[in-house]
Amino acid sequence: MRAAVVTFPGSNADRDLVVAFRNAGADVTTVWHKDSALPEGTDIVGLPGGFSFGDYLRCGAIAARSPITRAVIEHAERGGYILGICNGFQILTETGILPGALMRNAGLKFLCKPEPLTVATTDSVFTQGYKPGEEITVPIAHHDGNYVATPDLLDRLRGEDRVAFTYRANPNGSQEAIAGILSDNRRVLGMMPHPERACEDAHGLTDGKRLFAGLVDVLATA
Amino acid sequence: MKARVHVMLKQGVLDPQGEAVRHALGAMGFDGVEGVRQGKVIELDLADGTSEDRIAEMCEKLLANTVIESYRIETE
Repeated sequence: MRAAVVTFPGSNADRDLVVAFRNAGADVTTVWHKDSALPEGTDIVGLPGGFSFGDYLRCGAIAARSPITRAVIEHAERGGYILGICNGFQILTETGILPGALMRNAGLKFLCKPEPLTVATTDSVFTQGYKPGEEITVPIAHHDGNYVATPDLLDRLRGEDRVAFTYRANPNGSQEAIAGILSDNRRVLGMMPHPERACEDAHGLTDGKRLFAGLVDVLATA
Repeated sequence: MKARVHVMLKQGVLDPQGEAVRHALGAMGFDGVEGVRQGKVIELDLADGTSEDRIAEMCEKLLANTVIESYRIETE
């Protein structure tokens, strides 16, 4: 299974994401934002957390127009898999690959702490390793994680079972406490919490490990 | 030529920063501030003859996130 992790200027969780994919058994290549193509045979693209382009204009806005992002959009259009975490989720909404937007946290504070989540659907390669409704703890670290969508979009996300994770204590004011959503083909996941920071005993949390293990297993045999 | 783009959150989108400013004004004793919306102004220095359509395209493709923001273009 081949994963490509993109680094933008200001990405800071790219290395952690590489390690999480690699420990799960993926063959990982790193890609620079100025590259115009993904490595041949890329199964999944990882868009890491961080502060790409200093969060200038809007979080993820400039990264969404980087040369590599054109290739990432084409990868999505071909039915490729993408995992966007934190800033990666913001980039996915800015490109339009995922719907909605991420605004400033309702309490206006940068939040950095372990956060209890509920696994809202297990119907995806990302979440099939969890139990339906399972409660897990994954760290968050963001200033702009307040998920906003129109009532129509919320209906659609709910109706199509595309909410992947919800917060149990909604720290940032997200509509319907949404922490992560899936694309309509269920192959793109955007989430604000950081599963790659909950993968090893030394992290203090290991609930993120099954996300990587599950998707590497499925994609390796696909 | 110069153009000025005003980007604001759409009506109906909650603006937590604007709300914080409204609270602060109230706490400072400025009564009667019923609402505050915070946006941004982007000044563009453009080649003469750049059309308003071209500027609108810049807004649609980058300057505003039209999922949550609206924009208004002012040219001099």
